[in-house]
Amino acid sequence: MLYNEAGQFSTRYAQDRRVFRLRQDRHALLALLLFAFVAVPYLGNDYWFSAILIPFLVLSLAGLGLNLLTGYAGQLSLGSAAFMAVGAFATYNFELRVPGLPLLLSLALGGVCAALTALLFGLPSLRIKGFYLLVSTLAAQFFVQWALTKFSWFSNDSASGVISAPPLQLMGVDFSSPAGRYLFTLGVVVVLFWLGKNLVRSELGRNWMAVRDMDTAAAVIGIPLLKTKLLAFAISGFFLGIAGALWAFTYLGTVEPHGFDLNRSFQVLFIIIIGGLGSLLGNFLGAAFIVLFPILLSNLAGLLPAGLIDAGQVENLQKMVFGALIILFLIKEPEGLARLWQRFRERARRWPLRY
Amino acid sequence: MDFFFEVLIGGLLAGVMYALVAIGFVLIYKASGVFNFAQGAMVLFSALTFVSLLERGLPFWLAFVLTLAAMVLLALAVERVVLRPLVNRSPITLFMATLGLSYMIEGFAQALWGAQVHGLELGISDEPLAVGGMLLSSFDLFAAATAALLVLVLSLLFSKTRIGLSLRAVADDPVAALAVGIRLQRIWAVVWAVAGFVGLVAGLLWGARLGVQFSLSLIVLKALPVLIIGGFTSISGAIVGGLIIGASEKLAEVYLGPFVGGGIENWFPYVLALLFLLVRPAGLFGERAIERV
Repeated sequence: MLYNEAGQFSTRYAQDRRVFRLRQDRHALLALLLFAFVAVPYLGNDYWFSAILIPFLVLSLAGLGLNLLTGYAGQLSLGSAAFMAVGAFATYNFELRVPGLPLLLSLALGGVCAALTALLFGLPSLRIKGFYLLVSTLAAQFFVQWALTKFSWFSNDSASGVISAPPLQLMGVDFSSPAGRYLFTLGVVVVLFWLGKNLVRSELGRNWMAVRDMDTAAAVIGIPLLKTKLLAFAISGFFLGIAGALWAFTYLGTVEPHGFDLNRSFQVLFIIIIGGLGSLLGNFLGAAFIVLFPILLSNLAGLLPAGLIDAGQVENLQKMVFGALIILFLIKEPEGLARLWQRFRERARRWPLRY
Repeated sequence: MDFFFEVLIGGLLAGVMYALVAIGFVLIYKASGVFNFAQGAMVLFSALTFVSLLERGLPFWLAFVLTLAAMVLLALAVERVVLRPLVNRSPITLFMATLGLSYMIEGFAQALWGAQVHGLELGISDEPLAVGGMLLSSFDLFAAATAALLVLVLSLLFSKTRIGLSLRAVADDPVAALAVGIRLQRIWAVVWAVAGFVGLVAGLLWGARLGVQFSLSLIVLKALPVLIIGGFTSISGAIVGGLIIGASEKLAEVYLGPFVGGGIENWFPYVLALLFLLVRPAGLFGERAIERV
């Protein structure tokens, strides 16, 4: 009943090609966007914006970037944080060295730099596959971090490579308050997700999925492997680069190369495993999980009598629970949290009838 | 020229240490097709358990036996809880499961034994030894001898025992091995236990060198390029790969490092491995994958 598609006919081809074909989906999305853009800035407080909502949005975007590469095109990568770092430092340098460049443009240029880096490290992907490809992405991870710490030009000769955010101004409007930073992040994330949604529906997205499922077969039916794989790396790098710039400038404010280490790459990978490989909604669910879960766990530990568990043990416990959850998800729900939402939709379609 | 050989041999001996970690990977990959990212965590866990038992006053051999027992238990648990439910899943899924596993083992090891750095004294002095006019570390020589012994023991295990025969059968063709009545799950448990033993040896040597601490689990990242160069399925490949990585890393640091500002040993092995891959996509000794539609 809730999700009844009966009676919704397409009378034009344009209607058939819509991103969201169901009226319920469109209305729900509109309501959600209105809520996020209008209601949340009034309802939320600074803690919510700075500690939960902004990292949630940025990590969703990073998840989307990796998901395009791993979930859709099937190329395993452990170098996400490197591309995020390139995006952040490139945006910083564009803002610094080109006076008067609009913020959004330098953000996009930062994304392009990250895309070019990803393209470079994606070049071996045509010849090497699977786990061997990990080497290429790990090379990116270590090389970028080394280059950013070693050459102080990237961080404008600041001590230990720390960079701080340029003023967040857009056409004269200041976005540096917590609510402003939230709105800025939200705007960028919504636009890029819209782009991502359209990408995976396009010919390119379908080529990616064919390559993921079996690249030899894809090559046989005439999909250009080199172009498809390299575009996956480049576009994924673009999304990750912008996510990195947002992470540095709207979430943290200041960042050093060490903030984009291998653990950040793992974090992004866990987002897409938990959320669901090959699903756009999954990025949000996974990111929400990654952001909220440590907060929940430390709150739970705070409820216990003081002295029973110290902070170090909470961290160890968190690691263990995390690892266990990853394994549990892979065993029980390999398609991630997004699958749960699909199941709910299936049920909502026929509710309250049995079938 | 003497200096060159000193660096080269120092690098080769350091490479043996990498190879020790890589062998654990190869064992598991051969028998179960799992790329075991948790090998580093296993090294950390075994070294931490051993050193903590030693600090509680146990004699060396008892601590060794108890740690080995713990590694066997771990192997049984991994087979039962992780591998069995994930049978027939894609290699990438299994890899991600071992990522989760490494988080679990690291968290567990540190929750159990604490996170402080332990010193480990194996009774071998780390003094420079003059051999033919070159200064070599006696500890490195000892490590190389241990590695040689380990490889000898492993090859005896593989070629002379019944369990080794079934291990080779599983590595060759799991389905055929199942058909002739080899219990795959038991083989997995055995192979993880053997990898745990290799991890223990590696953990003791690395622990004596660096101190037993969290960064031990990061040597998995050092072992990865070694594996890539050697190929995932060959123990001799792991040794050769280790030697190549060890030697070239040290040589690059000494001769190339000054031009780019040093500190290149973090990424140099990866770039080297990448170059190797572009020429030989399955490593030096790896099996070439045949692709059919």
